[in-house]
Amino acid sequence: MNETAARAPAPAAPPAVRRIALAGNPNVGKTTIFNALTGLRQKVANYPGVTVERKTGRLVGREAVEVVDLPGTYSLSPKSVDERVAFEVLTGRMDGEAAPDLVVCVLDATNLERNLYLATQVMDLGLPVVVALNMMDAARTAGLRVDADALSKALGVPVVALAARQHEGLDALRDALRRPPVAPGPGPAWTLMPAVASAVERLADALAALRPDMGARRRWTEALGALTNDALLDKWEGESPALHAAVVAERADLDAARVPYRQAEMMGRYGWLGPLVAAAVTRDADVQARTTSDRIDAVVTHRVAGPLLFLGLLALIFQAVFTWAAPLQDLIERGVAGAGGGLRGILPEGLLTDVLIEGALTGVGNVLVFLPQILLLFFFLGLMEDTGYLARSAFIMDRIMRKLGLSGGSVVPLLSSFACAIPGIMAARTLPNERDRLITIMVAPLMACSARLPVYVLFIGAFIPTGAFFGVFGYQGAAMFFLYLLGTLMAFAAAWVLKKLVFKGDASMFVMELPPYRLPQWRAVVWRMVERSKLFVLRAGKIILGLSIILWFLASFPRTADTPDVSPGVDVARAPQVSVDRNDDDSLASGGGRAAARQVEFSYIGRLGHAIEPLMRPLGFDWKISAAIVTSFAAREVIVSSLATIYAAENADEASPLLRDALRRDRYPDGRPVYTPLVAASLLVFYVFALQCMSTLAIARRETGTWKWPAVMWLYMMALAYGFAFVTFQGGRLLGLG
Amino acid sequence: MPDAAPALTLADLAPGERATVTGFATDDPPARVLEMGVLPGTAVEVVRLAPLGDPIDVRVRGYHLSLRVDEARGILVERAP
Repeated sequence: MNETAARAPAPAAPPAVRRIALAGNPNVGKTTIFNALTGLRQKVANYPGVTVERKTGRLVGREAVEVVDLPGTYSLSPKSVDERVAFEVLTGRMDGEAAPDLVVCVLDATNLERNLYLATQVMDLGLPVVVALNMMDAARTAGLRVDADALSKALGVPVVALAARQHEGLDALRDALRRPPVAPGPGPAWTLMPAVASAVERLADALAALRPDMGARRRWTEALGALTNDALLDKWEGESPALHAAVVAERADLDAARVPYRQAEMMGRYGWLGPLVAAAVTRDADVQARTTSDRIDAVVTHRVAGPLLFLGLLALIFQAVFTWAAPLQDLIERGVAGAGGGLRGILPEGLLTDVLIEGALTGVGNVLVFLPQILLLFFFLGLMEDTGYLARSAFIMDRIMRKLGLSGGSVVPLLSSFACAIPGIMAARTLPNERDRLITIMVAPLMACSARLPVYVLFIGAFIPTGAFFGVFGYQGAAMFFLYLLGTLMAFAAAWVLKKLVFKGDASMFVMELPPYRLPQWRAVVWRMVERSKLFVLRAGKIILGLSIILWFLASFPRTADTPDVSPGVDVARAPQVSVDRNDDDSLASGGGRAAARQVEFSYIGRLGHAIEPLMRPLGFDWKISAAIVTSFAAREVIVSSLATIYAAENADEASPLLRDALRRDRYPDGRPVYTPLVAASLLVFYVFALQCMSTLAIARRETGTWKWPAVMWLYMMALAYGFAFVTFQGGRLLGLG
Repeated sequence: MPDAAPALTLADLAPGERATVTGFATDDPPARVLEMGVLPGTAVEVVRLAPLGDPIDVRVRGYHLSLRVDEARGILVERAP
């Protein structure tokens, strides 16, 4: 934060530019310019604790200069997370980052007033600014002639005209960045209403004693911020109680005089910008008022055509994420299994090999198997964002979604969660409102994802009769539909409850720009898809990998004496006494299969299954189901292979008659069947609600920045699962269905 | 117009109608609305409504802004002559 100290020692020589920040509104072509300046060799990470992407790169030809792409915002006054990040980076408050030496403010030439609002805020921080006047081509098409020189004179900073998509003006921008930066004048060029202006002057003077390192213009801006923004005022409470008290006193005086000081900045800035822009822009008289965007909108947001178009697009995305991804996912699963087999052949037998193949490699598989769905969803999402359609879809759906406690932007994330909650949760990033984003994340895992399908198929296939209502609607299909419906309705109910109870005070806003439609930039869409997917693989991947190894350990230890591939180094002395009573159980299963089944019962997971059996008994579950539920904490579909192992039905999958029969035949010692249709119903209901997916927890942790939300998510979903399974089983018994 | 008549708001305008913002229904209008350039004296035009009548698409300072009807109800306007 010591800008003056950090800057050049000799005032004669201009300081070397080391860091350039790119600031601008959303949808102004900031990313295109960033890519052009850095040549696509960029690092994408997250700012600590928040979902905001931190994109950095090196200036092409000047490797010493770092370029930071700030999140697109309309203002620097921190209200949203994006605004807070942009503000903290620009003022050097962000941990581990010095304030930039130069800021490129990217403006949309077709929309100068609103774009300049942010640019003048940056200038008021006392930072040297170069204005990149982008989308000059679109301005020409709209009949606007923008005089860059006039604008430069009026603002007092260099202005470069560009059409970045057409590669026009990029060299001029690079030249402008090479010239020594010029610090802006000591004070802002616009004026506040008099009462507010004098209050800000007094506070800025008080700040001068406290922070002599700040330039005069920066102090003035800090004073204005503290006076008008509660988040900024709170920052001063710890840093300087005296200043905090002074601000509170000024506010009280202004309130008493009924001065609308919170509106003062907007009125002052726009009051100055209106005439300034009018002088710099001339409008061709013969240009028609209705733009292409207007004509597209007449169809896309039409009463009938709009919703139909949106439904069609959703069907396409759903199809892609649900169906097109499946063969790729199979390929990945087979590839991982093949790699495991291959490694088995090469590596020596032993514990280390087991950890590597059954723990680590399985974990890698658990991560990679989601990639096809994530890539496809992000491709479509990027396309919708890039063309401007995403804002329209929110516009169309907002009314309905709001009734359910969500907002229009929640539609795409929630529907993609039918395929998989992970890309769904990541897609919630596109929601501008933090409350809406959190609620969407919290309910997304209730949508019936594709991992529930194997569980549904196994138990519906085994216990729901194959008949049909009226000979048309099959019982099994109806059961499947009911399970999907149950999850969806619960998601809406949960959203409503979260809105009413947890996020009571926060008002959701829908003050949102509907940007002009633009042709997508394929390279940028693909690039963003790859970058976002990389974030998933690298960050959530680490957590999933670790948990996979832990689960492998819990299922493999302690080992029984006859564990097939036990390594010679492991002490098995304590094992034999337990395996004795299980020796003459089932003569059908093969030796290896029975040994594996015994290993599961003997392992920590088997013991855990026994331990929680009393708890699960009211739901109708025995220790085997309980143990299988524990193993499927990693991923729901694991319950199928766990049950296959426990019943020693080797290589069984959800459609396997072998496993289905084993389940139907299983009996308690007193001869009662373990699985009745009622137990199956209870288990299915349990899987509708239970959050048995560590990848979802890992991504929720990453997207919310804390373990609090994933913990709440897991608990409330587990409570729903237990409660509903309990009601299903006990209610069924009371009705005499048991 | 009698004093008791409720003030005209942005939410009362039909698509295609133009107006000038005169003020806000509350002392503390949302900062986001102001920052987007909706201020006393600003010219606005309701372009269209969403299929279910809410939110609305408003042209302000040369761009399209979407507002919920509840939010538009907080913005007082005067029909343009």
